[in-house]
Formats: sequence, C-alpha cells, structure tokens
Amino acid sequence: MSDTATRVQKIVVEHLGVESDKVTQEASFIDDLGADSLDIVELVMAFEEEFGVEIPDDAAEKIATVGDATKFIEETQG
Amino acid sequence: MRRVVVTGLGLVTPLGGDVETSWKNLIAGESGAGPITRFEPEGQKCTIACEVKGKDHPWGFDPDKRVDGKIQRQVDPFIVYGIDAAGQALEDAGLLDLSDEEKERVGCSIGAGIGGLPGIEKESINLHERGPGRVSPHFVHGRLINLVTGQVQIKYGFMGPNHAVVTACSTGAHSIGDAARMIAMDDADIMVAGGAESTINPLGIAGFAQARALNTSFNDRPTEASRPYDKDREGFVMGEGAGVVILEEYEHAKARGAKIYAEVTGYGLSGDAYHVTAPHPEGKGAELAMRMALKKAGLGPGDIDYVNAHGTSTMADTIELAAVKRVLGEGLGGASMSSTKSAIGHLLGGAGAVEAVFCILAMRDQIVPPTLNLHNPDEGTEGIDLVPHKAKKREVKAVLNNSFGFGGTNASIIMQKVD
Repeated sequence: MSDTATRVQKIVVEHLGVESDKVTQEASFIDDLGADSLDIVELVMAFEEEFGVEIPDDAAEKIATVGDATKFIEETQG
Repeated sequence: MRRVVVTGLGLVTPLGGDVETSWKNLIAGESGAGPITRFEPEGQKCTIACEVKGKDHPWGFDPDKRVDGKIQRQVDPFIVYGIDAAGQALEDAGLLDLSDEEKERVGCSIGAGIGGLPGIEKESINLHERGPGRVSPHFVHGRLINLVTGQVQIKYGFMGPNHAVVTACSTGAHSIGDAARMIAMDDADIMVAGGAESTINPLGIAGFAQARALNTSFNDRPTEASRPYDKDREGFVMGEGAGVVILEEYEHAKARGAKIYAEVTGYGLSGDAYHVTAPHPEGKGAELAMRMALKKAGLGPGDIDYVNAHGTSTMADTIELAAVKRVLGEGLGGASMSSTKSAIGHLLGGAGAVEAVFCILAMRDQIVPPTLNLHNPDEGTEGIDLVPHKAKKREVKAVLNNSFGFGGTNASIIMQKVD
C-alpha cells in the first residue's frame, strides 16, 4: 500500500470505528463500511486536514470508495 | 385515569456511574465536589464543580459500556450520560426484548436545561479560527436537547412519543411529570423519562458565575461549598450527569410481573411571573406547584414523609422552605426534608430526574439522604428535620420532589410506595 493509502485507511478506521481489514481500497463507504452522508462529510474534512488538500463538494460527491479517496488525494497532491 | 408506576432506574452522577454506587455514596455522606479538571479554570471566579468521574475512578463512569464510540465522538457529554442512564433503566426494568408492536407504545421524554454548551463553545472558536468549512457536520444534532430522546429511540427502536422538555432546572421533574401524563392519557404504555446535563466548560462556569448563581469563596474547600440552608451558603456548585426512570402503566407492569418501585401520584406545575433568575420572594409559585401535586395525589399535609428540596445552596433555599412550611405545616407535618445537591451539586436539567431516583430509593430502603455541610442553620429552619450530615432511617411511604428554574418555572412531583 502507498503511504497515502495507509494514511487514508487509518483515518477511515478512526472515524467509522470499523476493523482495518475491512477498509480495502475497493470498500464502499456507504455499502461496506456503514457510513452515512454526514460521516462522509466528516471523512472528507479529515482527509483535507491530514493531506493539506481541498476537496470541493462536486469532487467529494464522486468519492464512493476508499480507493476513490486515495486516488483523488494522490492526483491532487501531484 | 390510567395509573403510572416506576419500573426501572438509571443514574450517572458525580457520586457514581450507576444507581447503586451513586446511592451508596450519597447515603454514606460522600461529596462529589472537587477542583475542575475538565478544563483549566484559571481566571474563573469559581474553580470547583461536581464532575462525573472517569472510568479509572472507583465511582467512575465508563461510557463504553452502553454508548457506541462513534456516537461518543459526535455528541456532547450530556447525550452520552443520557443514553447510558436510559440503558441502565431499561435493563433494570427488563425491557430489552420487546416486539416491534410493543415498541410502538414506548416513548421517551428526556430533556436538558441547556444542552450542548461545551460543543457550542468549541465549534464557535473553531468557526472563528478556521472558518465555516471546518465546522463539524455533527455539530447541530450533537448538541440539540432532544437528541438524548432521539438517540435512545433510534438505539432501541422505540416509536412512541418523542418528547424533550426544556425548562431550565425544572426540566427533569417536568420530563417525568409530562411523561406520566402521556401514559395516563393512553399515548404510550411505557415512557423512558428523565433529564441530563453537562455544562462544566469555560462558558458555562463563567456564565453562571456572572449571573451570581455560583459559589466563589470555597475554591480551596470544594466539598464544603454546597451547603443548603447554612448561613454561609453563597451559591450553587455545578454538577453534571443524568437520571432516567422507566414509567409504565400499572396493569401493563403487573401483567408482565415487573418490579414496581413506586407510583407517580401527584404532579404540579406553575410559574412565578416575577423575575428571570430570582424566585418570587414569598415562594408563591413553589407553593402553587406543591399544592397542585398534593391535590392530584389526594394527600393531606401530614401524608408526606420525605421532601427532596430544590435547595441549591443559594438565598432561595429559605424561600422554598417557607413555602413548604405553608403547604405541609410548621413542622412539615413530620416529614424530613434534605437537599442532595449538598453532595452532587446542581445538575440543572438533570437535577429533578436524579433526585426523583433518590426519592424512590429512599422509599425502597426506608432511609433519607443527608444535607451535607449544614453547620449553622439559617433562620427559619428551627424545628425542621433537614437531615444534617448523616442519612437517617425512617418510614418513607410518600415523597415530594421540588424543582424550580430560571424563568420562574416550578414543578413538584409526588411518588408513593405501592403495597
């Protein structure tokens, strides 16, 4: 796992209170990890904080899986 | 009218994270007061409070027992205390295995006086320092007063009345009284009722100190600060926690063989129509509430055995006492009267509910809890049994619980032992 992917996984585990082995790159926040729309807002804020990036609302809406988040952050950070 | 009984109890107090620990310490004459540890109180006029202790303390509260970790992070402490106390009460009443149909007849009425002030303070600072985009998406529903009720109904699947009272320091008593009426009026068969509060934060302490409601001279002697009826009293000590009771329609409780602690027989409500913070100097509103409760219970002045006073350790203590004398008689008709705020401080919106639980336990164990620190009783207390210093064994068959709040709001509840 890339450094970004590891840090994303850690944030998801902390915020959603799920086991880390469930937080795969393919895992869907809502369908697999039990998140609701507010949890996703909170996660996006935590990613912004951790990685010093800005995730606009329209981009946040497209983030459905852990992998989507990792990819967006890696691309934004260049 | 349908009869309403109490079949379960739950407490989170500065004296314990559960009912029996809180009660045992209360009867032993322990004080829950100490220096504020929740934040650095330097610069505050009052630096002491009755805090709920952490899980490493022998009287401590362990939030992990009944409240999901994710919820703990999202909500203010009063909601955590309320969810836990409700869970304790439901477990005590044996109501964890209800059918979906039965759950439609279970409601909640758990209020708070102020609600999530610590979270409001924190997020306000966050907003000003870091901007609106950093405000938590859980900010609003994690601070709202009706979210103890909301969380409890979601957790247990209850679909009956979803109610939350906000009447300052009368909240706990109104919550129980209103809920009892919902059962009497056939809106529900079971109500999870009570109050919760946690405002030991810089803004809460400063606000009450500026309103001249808190003690400020006992910072070096925290356990002596709450001293209802004592000449040297000079303001309340802030407490926190939650009290919840399970109210149930009498026949419903009997049919399932539930343990019945007491019956709620009287409820009186009134307003002072006088001042925003000071009570009516003649205690007229308090008197009206007590008289209404007695009338509803069909009791006379000599029928009350124990009065759990509002008694906050302010000048208002003797105003309440004079009103109780007018209602029950000069010697209170043989009743003992104490203020348990001397031990746990003032739980504001949680006070009336926690004190209702203490009243019920007084009837269960036939013992009345003490008024601590009553060394120099004020004028007007002569000939009254204020249960100074030590708990007292006595017959307790009927109790009167008073709660009064800012805005001139008054509530009195009468409960009786069921034979």
